[in-house]
Amino acid sequence: MNDSREKRHAIDMSALGRSNAGLSLENEEIAIKVNALRLFYGDKQAINGVDMQIPKNRVTAFIGPSGCGKSTLLRCFNRMNDLIDGCRVEGEVTIEGENIYGKGVNVVDLRRRVGMVFQKPNPFPKSIYENVAYGLRLQGIKDRRVLDEVIERSLKGAALWDEVKDRLNESGMGLSGGQQQRLVIARAIAVEPHVLLLDEPASALDPISTLKLEELIYELKSKYTIVIVTHNMQQAARVSDYTAFMFMGDQVEFSDTDTLFTNPREKRTEDYITGRYG
Amino acid sequence: MNIAINNNQKISWFSSGTPWVWLSAGAVSISLVMVFGLLLLIAVRGLGYFWPVDVVAMDYIERDGTEVRLMGEQRETQLVLLEQLLEAGYQLQNHAGDVERHLLKIGNRDLYGLDFRSVIEPAVSNRTVPDGVIVIERYEWGNFYGFLKSVKEHGVVIADGEAARAALAQSLERSLSLHEAIKQIEKSDIGAINYQLERLRLKTRKLELSNSLDPQREQAIAVERAEAQQRYEVLQKKLSNLYTEINRDTLIATVADGREVEIPLAKVVRVYRPNEMGFGDKLLHYFSKVWEFVSDEPREANTEGGIFPAIFGTVLMVILMAILVTPFGIVAAIYLREYAKQGPVTRVIRIAVNNLAGVPSVVYGVFGLGFFVYFLGGNLDALFFPEAAPAPTFGTPGILWSSLTLAILTLPVVIVATEEGLARIPRAVREGSLALGATKAETLWRIVIPMASPALMTGLILAVARAAGEVAPLMLVGVVKLAPSMPLDGNFPFLHLDRKFMHLGFHIYDVGFQSPNVEAARPLVYATALLLVIVIVVLNLAAISIRNRLRTKYQAV
Repeated sequence: MNDSREKRHAIDMSALGRSNAGLSLENEEIAIKVNALRLFYGDKQAINGVDMQIPKNRVTAFIGPSGCGKSTLLRCFNRMNDLIDGCRVEGEVTIEGENIYGKGVNVVDLRRRVGMVFQKPNPFPKSIYENVAYGLRLQGIKDRRVLDEVIERSLKGAALWDEVKDRLNESGMGLSGGQQQRLVIARAIAVEPHVLLLDEPASALDPISTLKLEELIYELKSKYTIVIVTHNMQQAARVSDYTAFMFMGDQVEFSDTDTLFTNPREKRTEDYITGRYG
Repeated sequence: MNIAINNNQKISWFSSGTPWVWLSAGAVSISLVMVFGLLLLIAVRGLGYFWPVDVVAMDYIERDGTEVRLMGEQRETQLVLLEQLLEAGYQLQNHAGDVERHLLKIGNRDLYGLDFRSVIEPAVSNRTVPDGVIVIERYEWGNFYGFLKSVKEHGVVIADGEAARAALAQSLERSLSLHEAIKQIEKSDIGAINYQLERLRLKTRKLELSNSLDPQREQAIAVERAEAQQRYEVLQKKLSNLYTEINRDTLIATVADGREVEIPLAKVVRVYRPNEMGFGDKLLHYFSKVWEFVSDEPREANTEGGIFPAIFGTVLMVILMAILVTPFGIVAAIYLREYAKQGPVTRVIRIAVNNLAGVPSVVYGVFGLGFFVYFLGGNLDALFFPEAAPAPTFGTPGILWSSLTLAILTLPVVIVATEEGLARIPRAVREGSLALGATKAETLWRIVIPMASPALMTGLILAVARAAGEVAPLMLVGVVKLAPSMPLDGNFPFLHLDRKFMHLGFHIYDVGFQSPNVEAARPLVYATALLLVIVIVVLNLAAISIRNRLRTKYQAV
């Protein structure tokens, strides 16, 4: 047992830290395919070649210590890193059969298909209604009935409708932190993305809001492919189907969540999840 | 032991920060006292001017020993050294100590040549506040002080003595309404016809220049001209009738030394009797004078009447400036902050912009004169207004060039404030918008600029405050002492950007330093200064209230 693990470890290290072996995705449809992805901030390399397949309609969690590149990797999926000066990406990320780093990719359209929720709730200084309508208005939808319908559906989808249905015209900034985060999720799902990226969505929330958010994630996965970055290992264990452990820009281990937390193949994974560092 | 404790206490008092608190509180108080002191000074000096003062009469022994009877408003009193007066030739040998000297507004410039004279207290005797004194404000020659004798109609006395009072009030009412009618015809009706005739002349000239003046067009213009001419003649006739009417009445009054003066009622603005006024009457008179000051046109080389054209010119110029500078500054700031690649070039541009704010304003005036007036205006004239040549249209100082010059002057302020506002918008909000599929431009337009709008307003407030107080550059690019017509009137196209205008700041300079009648003008300097401050405060308050509304609307994260 011990022997075989070490052996595998040796093989994994030779494969540049990629460790997908032993993970069976045969029964899963793949939503995002990452191929030899490397990312540089100027001269500094932040992601050292990641290969990964993220299954559709599942929750995939990225865990790892601060600065390991998990948020950076997440932001590669909707090309948010483009906004950072001196950031350069090599390799391929294929979403729905299209390499999003290929030539002639419409970034605006990509971001419409790949929604994102950030660490800190960032509602716009507009009414609750207009916050959710924002993405639709960008697409030129003006019909009030369509907007009303989508907004109700999105707010219900984000489990916020009952709390705000009587004050849709009040500012979104007046909501509590947890409500704001759900508002942001409603805003993201209003444009009907296929993939939802959540970048530490619960880190600024209190425990009850966090619980609500986790329940919401669980419900959302039937419709969306969800990728969540989290600092909180319990959270990853609770909400995700698959988990990737990253360390210093390497993807150390990627497997289904149960396996990763109960029987990690990698020494570094085990050290991290048992709290030896990070 | 005791000393040591004392020492410790001293140190702890010093390091506790108390002295710094006192020091800074002191600095704040001194600043406040200075600001309020300034406002109080100009308010008291300026607003006191409109209060009707009692007219005093006195016997006065001149330096050469002759005795005269004087009458007027006692305006100022100061103590003067005796030696100074002796040196000046006054006979004060048996006097000791300092001497009071009064400034007396004797008016009657047509008789005495001067409105003001000074009198020294020891030479005054028989000081009284006589009943029945009338003060007449006139369109020419300043105030008149005297006693009403009779009122004449067609040169025939119709009322005498006590009855003259009522007759005067009646005649005055009549002549004032006639005056109003004359002003209406001269200013707006004939003004409009003149404007039309001028436009016809320019139209003909333009057609001539382009060789397209065919008989048919010439005919049409001639018809129009004849029609305008006809209307003009009708008005002219009406006007000459009105003039005969208004010249019907005169009043006879005696002055302090007994001379009789005949004053045509056409020249009278108002008549009042300060010595018989109660407090309520004085208050009414005061407010009517203040209203005249803010709503009327200036008379007598700006030393009398109101300053409405100057208020209007200032406000219009500032508004035009704001309209010009805001979009320009915002667009420039957005490019610098959002689109330009940050590097040495943008840094140099920023430094240059900041330094522009430190360039003396008169330099902008010189630039405005050279670039806007002569170059831009000259070329505009050559291109679009050749028919008016050699008279310039835009190739001469005017309100447009003034606004543009001040817009450049205040541009750095707007750019810097906008840039700061843009920099303060959190990255998270921008990313939130981009992540929903917004382009950078959409994000800017829908999220960033609305959120930065309070900062834009701050920039605008600073710009308005600076522009409204600027005088030096305006003297080169458009301000005049007396503008014949306002830049906004009823003649198409209503806003005449090529016209010169009056400005409160320049008015202060003009009245204070260029006036032939310095003593009369001095209180007006304070009153105008107060009004300038009020105008700036009102403009700023308007902008601040808009900013506060925006702030609550787009509360930052």
